[in-house]
Amino acid sequence: MVVWTEQERAFIQEIFGKLNYEEAGPKALSRVLIVYPWTQRYFGSFGNLCNSEAIIKNPKVAAHGKVVLRGLDRAMKNMDDIKNTYKELSVLHSEKLHVDPDNFKLLADCLTIVIATSMGTSFTPEKQAAWQKFLAVVVSALCRQYY
Amino acid sequence: MLSKTEKELIVHIWEKMLPVAEDIGSEALLRMFTTFPKTKTYFNHLDISPGSQHLRCHGKKIIQALAEGARNISTLTTTLAHLSRFHAYQLRIHPTNFKLFNHCILVTLACKMGDNFTPVAHAAIDKFLSAFSAVLAEKFR
Repeated sequence: MVVWTEQERAFIQEIFGKLNYEEAGPKALSRVLIVYPWTQRYFGSFGNLCNSEAIIKNPKVAAHGKVVLRGLDRAMKNMDDIKNTYKELSVLHSEKLHVDPDNFKLLADCLTIVIATSMGTSFTPEKQAAWQKFLAVVVSALCRQYY
Repeated sequence: MLSKTEKELIVHIWEKMLPVAEDIGSEALLRMFTTFPKTKTYFNHLDISPGSQHLRCHGKKIIQALAEGARNISTLTTTLAHLSRFHAYQLRIHPTNFKLFNHCILVTLACKMGDNFTPVAHAAIDKFLSAFSAVLAEKFR
């Protein structure tokens, strides 16, 4: 079971409070598709992903980025049971979408970078540590139903 | 594989970071120690508390080495030969730690550069850091 300190909870709430889901989601998803191009394999139906400009302007990427962030919001609202909160999502990513779970960490890292670009120096090392612990729990929960 | 544009972007970014090498380097190290506490095990011989002289000095050395690598991307193996031997035979750092530190450099750059740390810049720097780490680790076995 994951143990959160009061400070970690506060940091994570603060970061989500400052997040514009409608912007951060699309930015994180487009960033992972640009920085780690092999992740594009899961988005064959999204249309034009042929260069960074096309990816950034792609409406399906933007829409899906928002879906991802709203999914993360559920984890934030259920921090003491992310494992069960994400059970169905994990099955979906494994059984239906067939996503290599190593890619979850890449999206998590790109979201961290997007948050760093918007929060600047207020994204302190301590807040980064709490945030990355949260994302590690999220990624682990998403990986649980793979077998 | 780095394009000509990416190489120019990499040189440009590291030249901008050189004057603040102490700040950038020490922040990246501090982020790594805070987020990934196991990385502290390699620094028992230094005072790595926030703002310490050791942290600033060591951080500066790292950024200077990265900037030198950026100026000599086509000859990384020869440019970094001494560092490569040092990491293999003396430091003997577990190779997974390079990725952790590279990530913290990216976060530091993102905090500093804001929206100027575009996805294209991020990709270029990430590729450069991967190539740099690969050379540092190439004599490990």
